[in-house]
Amino acid sequence: MKKKIVTIISFFIFFSFNSHALIEVDITRGNLNPLPVAVSPLFIDSTSENKISKELGNLNIGLEISTIIENNLKKTGLFNPLNQDAFIQKPDIAHLKPRFEDWQLIKAQALITGKVEMLENNLRIEFRLWDILAGREMLALAFTTVPNNYRRVGHIITDKVYQRLTGEQGYFDTRIIYVAEEGPKTQRIKKLAIMDQDGANTKYLTLGNELVLTPRFNPTNQMVTYLSYFRNLPRVYLLDIETGVQEVVGTFPGMTFAPRFSPDGKKIIMSFAKDGNSDIYTMNLESREVEQITDHPSIDTSPSYSPNGKFITFNSDRSGYQQIYVMRSDGSNVKRISFGTGIYGTPVWSPRGDLIAFTKLHKGKFYIGVMRIDGKGERLLTENYYQEAPSWSPNGRVLIFYRETKSGDQGEGFSATLWSIDLTGYNERKVETLTDASDPSWSSLLTK
Amino acid sequence: MNFKVFIRNIFIVMVATLMLSACATKTATLPGQIQGDVYTGTDTVEYLAKGVPDRVFFATNESVLTTASRDTLRKQAAWMRANDSLSFTIEGHADERGTREYNLALGERRANAAKDYLMTYGISGNRLSVISYGKERPVNSGSNPLAWSQNRRSVTVKAN
Repeated sequence: MKKKIVTIISFFIFFSFNSHALIEVDITRGNLNPLPVAVSPLFIDSTSENKISKELGNLNIGLEISTIIENNLKKTGLFNPLNQDAFIQKPDIAHLKPRFEDWQLIKAQALITGKVEMLENNLRIEFRLWDILAGREMLALAFTTVPNNYRRVGHIITDKVYQRLTGEQGYFDTRIIYVAEEGPKTQRIKKLAIMDQDGANTKYLTLGNELVLTPRFNPTNQMVTYLSYFRNLPRVYLLDIETGVQEVVGTFPGMTFAPRFSPDGKKIIMSFAKDGNSDIYTMNLESREVEQITDHPSIDTSPSYSPNGKFITFNSDRSGYQQIYVMRSDGSNVKRISFGTGIYGTPVWSPRGDLIAFTKLHKGKFYIGVMRIDGKGERLLTENYYQEAPSWSPNGRVLIFYRETKSGDQGEGFSATLWSIDLTGYNERKVETLTDASDPSWSSLLTK
Repeated sequence: MNFKVFIRNIFIVMVATLMLSACATKTATLPGQIQGDVYTGTDTVEYLAKGVPDRVFFATNESVLTTASRDTLRKQAAWMRANDSLSFTIEGHADERGTREYNLALGERRANAAKDYLMTYGISGNRLSVISYGKERPVNSGSNPLAWSQNRRSVTVKAN
C-alpha cells in the first residue's frame, strides 16, 4: 500500500496570539452551546484551479477542504459550523481581512478563511483563524504538500483550530483500523480495513480468506498487530501497512491472541493459551525474546500498557468472573481494580494515563465506561444490547467502539457498526463505514 | 353440498394452522431442551459414527463437563480407540454475549476440557489438537437463550 505521509515542505507560522483570545471552548462538560463558527470556502485563483483539475479531476478543492473542516468540527459536538449560504463576504476578501460586522451579523464567533495555490507540482494551502468578537486574527499557518494529500490538509487545519480554541490536541489527522464484516453470522467474512478518521479513503489490507480479529496500530502507525486464523492456526501477526509484509509473532505452540504494542513500539503484549489456560506474554520485536508476565490458572487476557510503559491493565477471571486488574509491567504487584456489580473486560489505558476505559456486562446489558487507574470514579458512558472494545482518540477525549444488534431467530436484523462517544458521555455518534465493522483501533496523530 | 365444501375448507385451514404453529414452537425454546443453562437437545448435533455425537455443550461462562457431556465423550473415546488411524481437532466455541478476546480464551478452555477427558479414556494427545473460535462461528445465528446454549460447545471433528 502506498505510504501517505504528508510532505510538509514548509510550515510557516506567520502570526499567532497565544493569549487574550475571547473565544474559549470548554470541553470538560457536554457542550450544550456549540460555538458558532464560519468556515469560508478556501479561495483558489483560476490558474491554480486549472492545474489542480488536471491532477485531481474536476473538483472544487477550496470547497472540499472547507467541507472537511466543517464536518470534523461538527462531529466534535463543540462547534456549530454555519451554513455557507449565509456568508456575505467573498472567500478571497475575507481571507485578507474579514469585515467582522458581516460575520457578527450571522452570529459567527470564529471564522476560518484560506487560500489554495498550485506552486510547481505542489499544493500550497494557507489558512487563518479569526476571532470575530475581538476583531482579530488568532492563528495563521501555511502548508505545502502533494495535491493528493488535500484531505489530510483539511484534517491538519482542523487539528490546529481545535487546539487553538480548546487548548487540547486535536484528533483529526488520524486513521481507524478495524475489521470489515460481511455475510451471515455463521460464516462471517472478515477483512482488515483502514480508513481516515472521517470515513474517507477506506482500504482493505487482507482479502477475507481467513478470519482476522482485533487489529491495533503501533505508535508510529506503520505497523499493525492482529489475530489471524491463517492455515487455521490462530496466531498474532504483524503487518507492515506500507509494504503489506506479514509475519507471525513468535513461535508459540498454541493460540496467541489479544495483541497490543508497548508504548515504545518495541514489544507486543498478548495472551498465549497453553493447555486451555491463557496467560499474558510479551515478545520483544528486536531480540525476539519472549517473557511470561502472568502465571495463573485463570484466563488472563486483553492486556494494555500504561502510556509510560510501567504498568499493564488486563482482565482475568481469577476471582470467578472477568474483572479488571493492574500490575507492574514485569507482572508483579497484581491488584484488582474493578469491584462494581457485573463483569468487566477489555481495559484500555487512556493516552493521558489517568483513566482506564472498559466494557461492562451487567444484567444482560453492555456498557462502555471509564474508571480511574485505582478503580475509583467509575462512570458508565453508554448502555446497549451489545457493545465492546473501546479505543481512545489520541488526545484521550473520545472513545470509539463497536456495537452489535440483537438478531431474530434466523439471524435476521444483525449488524455490527462503529460508534464514538465523548469522555463526557455526550455526543454519541455512528462512525460510517462501507461495510459492517467491528474491533476499531484509533491511530495516533499522523503528523506530530 | 356447498355446506360440506365449506366445512372441508375450514378443516383444511385448521390443519394448516396447527402445522404452522407446530413449526413455530419448534424454533422457539422447547421446555426440556435446556437444563440449568446447558443445551440438552439434539437439533444441531452431528454424528462421528452411529451413536457417537460430535459435540458437547456448556453452561454460560463455564467449561465444566456435564454428566451428559462426559457420556458423549466416552462414546467418542471408545470409537476413537476402535479407529486408531484417525486424528481429531476439537473446536471450542462461546456464545455471543461476551467480549471477543475473553471468548477466545473460553473456547480454548472448553476444547481442552473435552480433550483432557478423552485423554483420560486412553486417547493419545498426539491424535487430538484444539482450536478455539471464540464467538466467531456460531451454529445458530439467533440472539436468544436457545441459540446461545447451542453455540456454547466443543465439537470433535475428524482431522484426516
